[in-house]
Amino acid sequence: MSATTEHTTHRAPATPQPEFTALERAIINRLQYGLPLTRTPYQDVADELGVSESTLIQHLEALLAQGILTRFGPMFHAGEMGGGLTLAAMRIPDEAFQRVTEIVNRLPEVAHNYRREHDLNMWFVLATESPEGINEAIEQIETLTGYPVYNMPKEKEFHVHLHFEV
Amino acid sequence: MSTSTLKSDLLSERDRALIVATQAGLPLVSDPWAELGKQLDMPADEVLARFQKMQDNGVIRRVAAVPDHYRLGYQFNGMTVWDVCDDAIARLGDQVGCLPFVSHCYQRPRHLPYWSYNLFAMVHGISRDEVEHKAAQIREVLGDACSGHTILYSSAILKKTGLRLKKQSGRS
Repeated sequence: MSATTEHTTHRAPATPQPEFTALERAIINRLQYGLPLTRTPYQDVADELGVSESTLIQHLEALLAQGILTRFGPMFHAGEMGGGLTLAAMRIPDEAFQRVTEIVNRLPEVAHNYRREHDLNMWFVLATESPEGINEAIEQIETLTGYPVYNMPKEKEFHVHLHFEV
Repeated sequence: MSTSTLKSDLLSERDRALIVATQAGLPLVSDPWAELGKQLDMPADEVLARFQKMQDNGVIRRVAAVPDHYRLGYQFNGMTVWDVCDDAIARLGDQVGCLPFVSHCYQRPRHLPYWSYNLFAMVHGISRDEVEHKAAQIREVLGDACSGHTILYSSAILKKTGLRLKKQSGRS
């Protein structure tokens, strides 16, 4: 388990629960539910939290700069955009893991890529502009890496509610 | 894929321009709509109206913060996968998806003989024990309809950029 690359941005840290101020907690919890699409969205959230708009924006900037938030913006749904979206997995020997990670991560179609503790040890999400793009990307990865890709597109979505309370 | 084609027609070039301009993030300024409008030569009202429409029709789930769950203390990200009887998966998948600690729940194809799991439920926790305790609750919901499961923990995030469109449209 030594393979890392420059793309390996995070390992699970050994530290216990992080310390956040009450305001940081409130911002992280509130903004995972979405910004209201109003003329003054930040002001409206700031009012809810009882702070000024500039305080909210400054904290948001800091949380992003520290990497506590990886992104703040629209969460697109590739399927609804007419594109393709899938989860795919590969079984990569340790000695090839870094090389394959670099090849896979280089593709703009790869939105997320996780190493997982399993025989199938690389799991990534592919998002393409057309449904056909998925098979093209998979063929490209298989050709470039020499390893098979297991395509596991969703057949049914039961629920998505990704919120982390802090 | 006729439904996909239809849906993509709903996404105009102006919507596309807004997506490309915000996929790295929404401007952190008092009036983000005006700021985007300035960049794209579009009235602020139109920017906002297009965002509202894209959210209404599901192209955008929401405009929101995406945390690094490790940094929030959720260090154990367990993809629990289950081999569920085909006849029961629709009913049971709904029940698993409704468990408050399941963040994503999908039915996906098996790849026999290597991969027999057809139900995926993502569970996060501050310890392996917590993830395993949650997995046990899923096991209880699935009952006799489940003939095997495992938990795949993530050991590294190799890439996390989110969905990105290229600047130029592939179609015209």
